[in-house]
Amino acid sequence: MAGRGLRFLRRGRLVEIEAFDPHTTILDWLRLEEGATGTKEGCAEGDCGACTVILARHHSGQLVYHPVNACIHLLGQLDGAELITIEDLAQGAMLHPVQEALVSHHASQCGFCTPGVVMSLFALYHQEGPVDRAKAQAALSGNLCRCTGYRPILDAAVSVCAGERLDRFTETEPVSLQVLAALDDEEDVFVGDAQRFFAAPRSEAMLSALIERFPEARLVAGATDVGLWITKELRILPQVIWLGRVRSLGQIVQGVDRLVLGASVPLAEAIPYLSRLDPDFESLMQRFGSEQIRHVGTIGGNLANASPVGDLAPALIAMGAVLELVKAGEARALPLQDFFKAYGQQDRQAGEYVRAVHIPRLSEGMHFRALKISKRFDDDISSVTGAFCVTLEHGLIAEARLAYGGMAGIAKRASHAEAFLKGQPIGSAATWKQAADRLTEDFSPLSDHRASAHYRMQAARGILIKALAEIAGLPAASTRIHPRMATDLEPQGGGPDV
Amino acid sequence: MSETSQSPDGPVTRSPLQEVGPKGHVHQPLPHDSAASHVRGAAPYLDDLRAPSGLLHLAVGGSPVACGRITRLDLVKVEQAEGVVAVLTSNDIPGRNDISLGHGDEPLLGSQTVMFFGQPLFVVVAKTRDLARRAARLAVIEIDAETPLVTIEQAEQQGSKVLPDYHFGVEDNAPPLALADLRLSGQQRIGGQEHFYLEGQIAMAVPGEGREMQLISSTQHPAEVQHCVARVLDLPEALVSCEVRRLGGGFGGKETQATQWAALAALAAHHTGRPCKIRLDRDEDFVLTGKRHDARVDWEVGYSANGQISAIDLNFWVRCGCSADLSQGAVDRMMFHADNAYFLPSARIGSQRLRTHTVSNTAFRGFGAPKAVLAIETVMQAVAAKTGQDPLDVRKVNFYGHNGTLTPYGMQVESSVTGRRIIEQLEKTSDYRAKRQEIARFNAQSTILKKGLALTPVKFGVSFTQTHLNQAGALIHLYPDGSVHLAHGGTEMGQGLFQKVAQIVADELGVPLAAIHHAATRTDKVPNASPTAASASSDLNGMAARNAALTIRSRLATFLSEKFSCSTVEIQFAHGQVRVGEETLSFADVVRMAYQARIQLSATGFYKTPKLDWDRTRKSGRPFYYFVWGAACSEVVVDTMTGENKVLRTDIVQDVGHSLNPALDLGQIEGGFVQGLGWLTTEELVYDQHGRLRTHAPSTYKIPLASDVPDQFNVALWKEPNDEATIYRSKGVGEPPLMLAVSVFCALMDAIGSLAPSKPVHLDAPATPEAILRAVDAMTRPNEEGS
Repeated sequence: MAGRGLRFLRRGRLVEIEAFDPHTTILDWLRLEEGATGTKEGCAEGDCGACTVILARHHSGQLVYHPVNACIHLLGQLDGAELITIEDLAQGAMLHPVQEALVSHHASQCGFCTPGVVMSLFALYHQEGPVDRAKAQAALSGNLCRCTGYRPILDAAVSVCAGERLDRFTETEPVSLQVLAALDDEEDVFVGDAQRFFAAPRSEAMLSALIERFPEARLVAGATDVGLWITKELRILPQVIWLGRVRSLGQIVQGVDRLVLGASVPLAEAIPYLSRLDPDFESLMQRFGSEQIRHVGTIGGNLANASPVGDLAPALIAMGAVLELVKAGEARALPLQDFFKAYGQQDRQAGEYVRAVHIPRLSEGMHFRALKISKRFDDDISSVTGAFCVTLEHGLIAEARLAYGGMAGIAKRASHAEAFLKGQPIGSAATWKQAADRLTEDFSPLSDHRASAHYRMQAARGILIKALAEIAGLPAASTRIHPRMATDLEPQGGGPDV
Repeated sequence: MSETSQSPDGPVTRSPLQEVGPKGHVHQPLPHDSAASHVRGAAPYLDDLRAPSGLLHLAVGGSPVACGRITRLDLVKVEQAEGVVAVLTSNDIPGRNDISLGHGDEPLLGSQTVMFFGQPLFVVVAKTRDLARRAARLAVIEIDAETPLVTIEQAEQQGSKVLPDYHFGVEDNAPPLALADLRLSGQQRIGGQEHFYLEGQIAMAVPGEGREMQLISSTQHPAEVQHCVARVLDLPEALVSCEVRRLGGGFGGKETQATQWAALAALAAHHTGRPCKIRLDRDEDFVLTGKRHDARVDWEVGYSANGQISAIDLNFWVRCGCSADLSQGAVDRMMFHADNAYFLPSARIGSQRLRTHTVSNTAFRGFGAPKAVLAIETVMQAVAAKTGQDPLDVRKVNFYGHNGTLTPYGMQVESSVTGRRIIEQLEKTSDYRAKRQEIARFNAQSTILKKGLALTPVKFGVSFTQTHLNQAGALIHLYPDGSVHLAHGGTEMGQGLFQKVAQIVADELGVPLAAIHHAATRTDKVPNASPTAASASSDLNGMAARNAALTIRSRLATFLSEKFSCSTVEIQFAHGQVRVGEETLSFADVVRMAYQARIQLSATGFYKTPKLDWDRTRKSGRPFYYFVWGAACSEVVVDTMTGENKVLRTDIVQDVGHSLNPALDLGQIEGGFVQGLGWLTTEELVYDQHGRLRTHAPSTYKIPLASDVPDQFNVALWKEPNDEATIYRSKGVGEPPLMLAVSVFCALMDAIGSLAPSKPVHLDAPATPEAILRAVDAMTRPNEEGS
């Protein structure tokens, strides 16, 4: 197989690597090979953020700075990016404004999480728009600090972003853009030999060719899950095909009746488009992993991974989404709900890959609600997620699509509850409860460390009742707890008796 | 005292930088000594140190079951694996296979029987960490497995204990309880907590000349590492040293729990003759190291119609895990805090220290006290529900002072007026009464969401309850250029101890902070130091360092008074200069002159806490030098259909004495509160029936994130000088704030209680959405006592 080596930018220089283990992580490369020990390993699973580094990329003529977890990001995924680490921010004795703000707000104690915090705030500093406390919290949704209680970090973030945001990176942006644009070439990347390689094809034709020739190769999108196979299970991945450079898989098409998201569209990039389908998508996606994970994890990766607790699947099943699968250049369409057959089992043939997901837009009379329950608000796997799409006609429910995650081995629709709701009046609290009662016919959830079966059923009932109550007109402010809820919250009655 | 002077410095807070101390460095809000290097990624932790030549790496291999007899430990494949240099088992230990604190119940490497799931049975030494980890997974381990004791109830039924039962207070509480106007009993489960220091356990051993062994360890207790390594390797303690520059967090989790890894590294270095390093991965760290104890508390209380408690039984069943470790101290401290801020006239405080086949539970910030504070505050909530009073009024009527000042263990509470004033100030600044009304209105109108409010106090005793640990040493050298080398026995783990001690020494010597080099903590500089723990490290090490500085300063003053024929009172050390009568010399010149005159320029300092005389056997005396007070008021909202919840606002007033450094103290308060918040809400340790920890990584164990912190978070320092003669009349601040989070738990109970106001709420900790929903269900079920 032909292809060029790995190329990325670091400290103003082009780094070219012609040989590396395909499963090498950025963190190991930095700490073990480069001796750059400012970036820390806290958990090696992308949950604590101590290893956060920045990948700057050329994206539609703009320079974007994405925080990523170096511990589960593969070295090969750096192709075409500029890698910025904690050591690169200060100039001599002069600290970067973000660093300066953290010092003056007493925002470090033990200091171990601090490099990651600095990098996340560096990315925030380079985002457009004003930064308030909520935005700072979102930017830090993947950074654990066990010492400070975060208040000084949030204060530092808000204060440093309040002024003019200028640093040496903004000054050199035009040059960096040029260099990065040049790196964003049309070549395929192939490092290694037929037994052991890291490949990053540019076209679907090449992707298909690689899949055909190396049927055992592991397809990697964001590596947010595959990364853990490497760090936790010590798996060796001899043949890796990274989808991140396949141009057509990264496309977003906004049709009149549907939104089409390419399989390797990162979650963060999809959020504004999904949010336009319905505001509840925004609130769901805001709680999807962490800031770091959302920049790396992809739509296709999340669906193809088929986790029973993935949050995207129930939402897209409720929307009636259709997967576009490709094998040897031949595409087929498959309703997403039929893709998940049983735990760990999907309707995906050998050599087949996900190209895109087609999400129909809500039409007149359709109402969408998505609610997620987890122990912690940000960056937590749900115990239960429910997504509901209800079509109303003259106050009656014409159709209900109720999909749940966490209630079975796969994301699945509640067909008994759906059947019950058909033709029922939306405004009746009795209807809501009776629909919820049917969930026991639809699901027998498991007990595990996230929740007991009993609680899962209770929560599944609770979110269905709330969703139906909201669709009937109860304001969400009276039915949900929001992260940024104010103390002067207005009370609302009219809900069901609990 | 007038109304305004009740708060000596008023509520300060969000902007400690604007505060100006009286003079010099002490009391100033200076940044952490490593702040600038933290933000640059330039503060080296152990794993960042340049590898010594020939460094080898370790990985542990552990038991696949929690309990049983080892029938086969086949390590052939491990030995043959790529890069492996040695594989060591308990048979390779030259000294004693014992890492316990004298109980003899905890081996370095398990042999014959296993005590908990994952218990290390062997260690692989290989060329890289990756190769060591891969090799460790190749072992063939067969164990004749037995059914493990996992839960508190299983251990209770089997009478399985690590230490004898212990109680204090009245012997027979039945008559006083029988005489009470009203009685109520209840039970509560209180979960443990994983420390989740961001830097995992790590240690490196470097063999020295002859049989010398040098350790670098991320430990809160370097002396214990030294002593344990000497015991394991059968070396004189003098041949072993341990160094710690900084820890990436400790919180009690590296007090005894760091020792095992250092000892394994030393064992490997002993066998290979090469430097050896071990760093646990996060899952191993969760599974192999102890946590905060979990417990069940059974309580019965007698009280009157106004909520005043006349008699109380609090009985704690504590899961200590597979060995004693620090359970004696931690459970004792729990008992010492069962009164929290309340006078309990007829109290019996009991404890059972249960042995289970789970990892040995250990120290964690608060050291037992948080569970006791939660228990008694739960009782306050229940009594308030039953008497129909505002819980704050029940708290006030029971507060130390009016009715009595004697604790159940026989110590007088002399400073309760501080606690009372703090409560009164917080009641005003948090707008408690108005908010109470507003919440009642909200709850009357809101069906699904309910709000709750609670204002809870904390009283925390400072001193190690093992009296002998209340000692500290320091060492100061002066060099002819005027620079100062400072060392003491405390470790820097983020709390800012190094900066506080440097501030003290700078002021005593009258030199700028920049003149002081704060060296790493080393057992060969300051021997036999106590662990950095018990909120007492600034008290102890600060005073020891001050004594060392005073010794040197007094030598210099004596020398100058003779040389310049003046009285020592005419000599002043300030701002890097020394005034001798009319003359002004630079500090460096004075040191140079003193050197020429053969004045000793090195001094040790020592300190032991006065007034302590606790006698555990006689159950009387004074375990604490002083008490720290504080209070928090939290407002929450609860979703009664899912159990989801959020803290809307928290106000805190925390007693810090005459703060050594208000910025660092503020950091301890905010950080402690949030850590306590996690313990009581999102952090849930789940063991399965086989004794396996199912929540062993941040993906499954959820500590607070930035979005979990209340948006309105107002912290005020109460800076009234300590009545006791502590270092600059300051107070310890490390642990007490953690218990301020009990206000959140009580506010959650308050919100749930709004569903059936006269019914006590039965809420277990942590208050996960599931636990809350369980409590909600109990409220709405007819004919059931909530508690």
